[in-house]
Amino acid sequence: MNMKKTTKTICTLIAAAAFIALLVFLESNKNKYGMAVTVLQKGFILAVVAVSMNLLNGFTGLFSLGQAGFMALGAYTYAIFTIPLESRASVYYISGMNPVLAGIELPMLVALIAGGLVAALFAAVIGFPVLRLKSDYLAIATLGFSEIIRALIASPQMDTITNGSYGLKSIPAASIYVVVGLCILSIAIMALLINSSYGRAFKAIREDEIAAEAMGINLLKHKELAFVISSFFAGVGGGLLAMFMRSIDSSTFKIAMTYDILLIVVIGGMGSITGSVLSALLVTASKEWWLRFFDEPLTVAGVNIPLFRNGFRMVIFSILLMVVVLFYRRGIMGTSEFSWDGLLRLLKSLPSRIGSLFRRKEGTAG
Amino acid sequence: MSLNVFFQHCLTGISLGGAYALIAIGYTMVYGILRLINFAHGDIFMVAGYFMIFATATFGWMAGIPIMLICTVILGVVIEKAAYKPIRTAPRMSVMISAIGVSYLLQNLTTYLFTALPRPYPEIPILKRIFQIGSVSASLVTFLTPVLTILLVVILVYITNHTKIGMAMRAVSRDFETSRLMGIKINNVISITFVIGSFLAGVGALLYFTDRMSVTPFSGTLPGLKCFVAAVIGGIGSVPGAVVGGFVIGICETFLIALGYSTFSDAFTFILLIIMLLFRPTGLFGEKMIDKV
Amino acid sequence: MKKKVVSLMLCTALTAALAAGCGDSGSADDNAASGNGAASGNEASTEEGEAADGAASGGSVIKVGVFEPQTGENGGGGLQEVYGIRYANQERPTVTVGGTEYTIELVEADNKSDKTEAVTAAQTLVSADVVGVLGSYGSGVSIAAGEIFKEAQIPAIGCSCTNPQVTEGNDYYFRVCFLDPFQGTVMANFAKEEGAKTAAVITQLGDDYSSGLGSFFKNAFNSFGEVVAEEQFQTNQTDFKASLTNIKNANPDVIFAPSSIATAPLIIKQARELGITCPIMAGDTWENATIIENVGEYTQDIFLSTFFDEDGVDEAGAAFITGFKEYLTSNGQSDIIPAVSALGYDAYNTLIDAIEAADSVDPAAICTALATIETTGVTGAISFDANGDANKDMAFIKTVEDGGFKFLKTVTVE
Repeated sequence: MNMKKTTKTICTLIAAAAFIALLVFLESNKNKYGMAVTVLQKGFILAVVAVSMNLLNGFTGLFSLGQAGFMALGAYTYAIFTIPLESRASVYYISGMNPVLAGIELPMLVALIAGGLVAALFAAVIGFPVLRLKSDYLAIATLGFSEIIRALIASPQMDTITNGSYGLKSIPAASIYVVVGLCILSIAIMALLINSSYGRAFKAIREDEIAAEAMGINLLKHKELAFVISSFFAGVGGGLLAMFMRSIDSSTFKIAMTYDILLIVVIGGMGSITGSVLSALLVTASKEWWLRFFDEPLTVAGVNIPLFRNGFRMVIFSILLMVVVLFYRRGIMGTSEFSWDGLLRLLKSLPSRIGSLFRRKEGTAG
Repeated sequence: MSLNVFFQHCLTGISLGGAYALIAIGYTMVYGILRLINFAHGDIFMVAGYFMIFATATFGWMAGIPIMLICTVILGVVIEKAAYKPIRTAPRMSVMISAIGVSYLLQNLTTYLFTALPRPYPEIPILKRIFQIGSVSASLVTFLTPVLTILLVVILVYITNHTKIGMAMRAVSRDFETSRLMGIKINNVISITFVIGSFLAGVGALLYFTDRMSVTPFSGTLPGLKCFVAAVIGGIGSVPGAVVGGFVIGICETFLIALGYSTFSDAFTFILLIIMLLFRPTGLFGEKMIDKV
Repeated sequence: MKKKVVSLMLCTALTAALAAGCGDSGSADDNAASGNGAASGNEASTEEGEAADGAASGGSVIKVGVFEPQTGENGGGGLQEVYGIRYANQERPTVTVGGTEYTIELVEADNKSDKTEAVTAAQTLVSADVVGVLGSYGSGVSIAAGEIFKEAQIPAIGCSCTNPQVTEGNDYYFRVCFLDPFQGTVMANFAKEEGAKTAAVITQLGDDYSSGLGSFFKNAFNSFGEVVAEEQFQTNQTDFKASLTNIKNANPDVIFAPSSIATAPLIIKQARELGITCPIMAGDTWENATIIENVGEYTQDIFLSTFFDEDGVDEAGAAFITGFKEYLTSNGQSDIIPAVSALGYDAYNTLIDAIEAADSVDPAAICTALATIETTGVTGAISFDANGDANKDMAFIKTVEDGGFKFLKTVTVE
């Protein structure tokens, strides 16, 4: 019943071509479709971070809440090395820039990777003590760590490096092709890793630490590896976010950022890469764009519906998160990945499934 | 630092520590029984602040205080029944995500209902009377907080050690399954735990916000995290430990700010946590398993 | 089984939504925009008949973006600015360009006082095809959005964002208020006139407005006196006693505490409770009735600089004051006119003047016209320098008295 391999390849190619065509179309009509361009970029950037979080939480079973801190490291590293030399004086307008750094300007890609490496380095250093902790202590320790990073960045002592409270601006942007391309590349690398023997070791740790250790998996080494790789890509994601936002400050990377990423991972399904990507796009699009009307006053037939006002959108999202956690713990994709076979099966079985749903409802009613 | 200034800082630190201690007890008790970091506890504390504002506006502060405490307790128990009980058998991570979800919901809901602007906390005239001892001046609530904290803890320790329900709580925290087999009604014990935890969070909110005078939807986030750290430092599951942890964090934080390191006052709490977990993962009082509630 | 079906349906909904979102994003935008239009149109019709008449006779519509925080840390101040803009729009709902009468429609986007949100909020405005943008309260979000407006080549007029970084290196950002280096100097000079020799500065970490203004004040004050204590606090911090105890110990003649509306009452009350009696000064954010409500009895010796005073206006200004007071009361607000509302009003009128001067609804042409415009608003004469900053050399010092802000004096800096 499964599709032939060639058919699948053709399907994949068509989908890829359609996606590229879409990007070209959006980019050439940027003014008209500005919102779509924005949402697509932000969605993909969050997808990178969500997949990196999933690598830890979903695949390795380590509950880490430090994503925002690693993003901050990546974003600041990227920003510090890419702000054009001529605008640095105006960016560091209070206390000037550290003379060691002031002369260094790196190409975008190098700075982005440097951002990831800085995040990975920090992860490696704190990983040794922190990863020995049990899961819930790990959550608090990583959360605390991301707060420490944020406090460091905003501290007046760091003024000449991070510009402390004043934030960084004039960060060079890249076209949508570069941003989306880099995001897809990062996600693809993580997907390859998860499907390698390392990935299988991660999953073994998730399922049963003791059994995994008995099978000869070095627990700490693999946990550390997962933590460092996850942080590297969180850092890259942070750098991409800086590229997208053009100006950052420490308050961008609050705990709320980590919670937003967690929301994406949970809705997409813990342990599914495609789930995280789909969910990142879906959540970003609805949050920033389609569901914005929840915050607008809504008037139906001349009557103001009092429910719709500022803040309602976020209430809807929190309720959605609770519903997913309590009733659909698998999220959109569970632990399975997207495949053409799956899509085909889904389309074929859709009528009978919906039918059975209705029949069951009748049954319970009767 | 002159002696007067030192005493003033001590007073501030002890008062802050007292409020932290009351919140930390809620974390430590829930963790002792359910092995769950109740991320929503800090937000229950924050909502207690809002309850007080509205209760006082309608009934005056004398009736407002008991109403606020009752509402807070109900909120705590409802959260347990709605968000934690259905997934008690699920993996630990799911329960924790559920707790984060509740915290997220409470914050967004209060932002939506009351806007993010700070609301003035009702002034309770007696508590706000300013006392002057030497050149150290502070309102009554500052002096009252540590006293009340200690008093409540003594009562709580008495309950856990000398009453039937206290015994049941200790049993459940020791071994969930066996105590069920022994005929202890687990659900009741858990509910009582949340009742006590939320009640103390309510009292903590009263003392904390009276001293700080305004409530925002995010007032609970940082105190919440810090108090969890306090609970870990004291040895999670131990009530006296949580109190000591609360005072340690309150006093250290105040002195860090006093010495001009306000930037790192929050970071310090977490550094302390990591150090503690490395060298003494059971916390200061963690070994006395008997006290575990 | 049921769960599977639901998750599958979620999937299909996602795919469909993505397709729809990408394919018809144009129409979606139109819908969103018309939704806004309906909402604001409705508002206008209940308040004033003229707007509806204008729309009926003209038919053409241009959109002006309102980029303000309506929630979040600065939600309160942002809303006051929005009131000023809404009122200005109600008073001047049309503009005639090239013989055609255009109805001006406000498109409001909430940036939630958050930089990440600001980028998408700004993008919403760009997608809605606005010809110009007004806002924002709070410099950080304006800086974040500046790049978006620059890229889309849409002129933006800041109402009360005082940080130098907003307009620096951005030809499309203008502002009608003075800047922080000026404001910091003004307050330092005022402190000097009051006889202060020593000062303490409290600023908020991670906040460019507060830290920036604090540092400009410090520089100016150090030229004649001494800053004896410098304290920082975290965002959302509510306990300032430790910092204030240090300040009390340093015994300054004056405290300068630029901070948000949320923080101000806390600092004032806790300082007074600790027995600190020296004057407390701050910048423009403090001119807000919420602060007076929240500080309770401790209203003595509070000084702030601001952009506008009700008594210092001309005839057109007097008409604005009476009209706007009515508007505020009809919206359930207190009738103290916040300076930011006046700035919002001026920013709107400046933009419309520029549209008239350019005689075009093309954003680029409006931007060119703005660079050379000279007009008079209720907060004084408005013209822009090469950076896009208003040429303003006067600030109003106010104090709190009888439950309101009382004008004290004007201070100028050469």
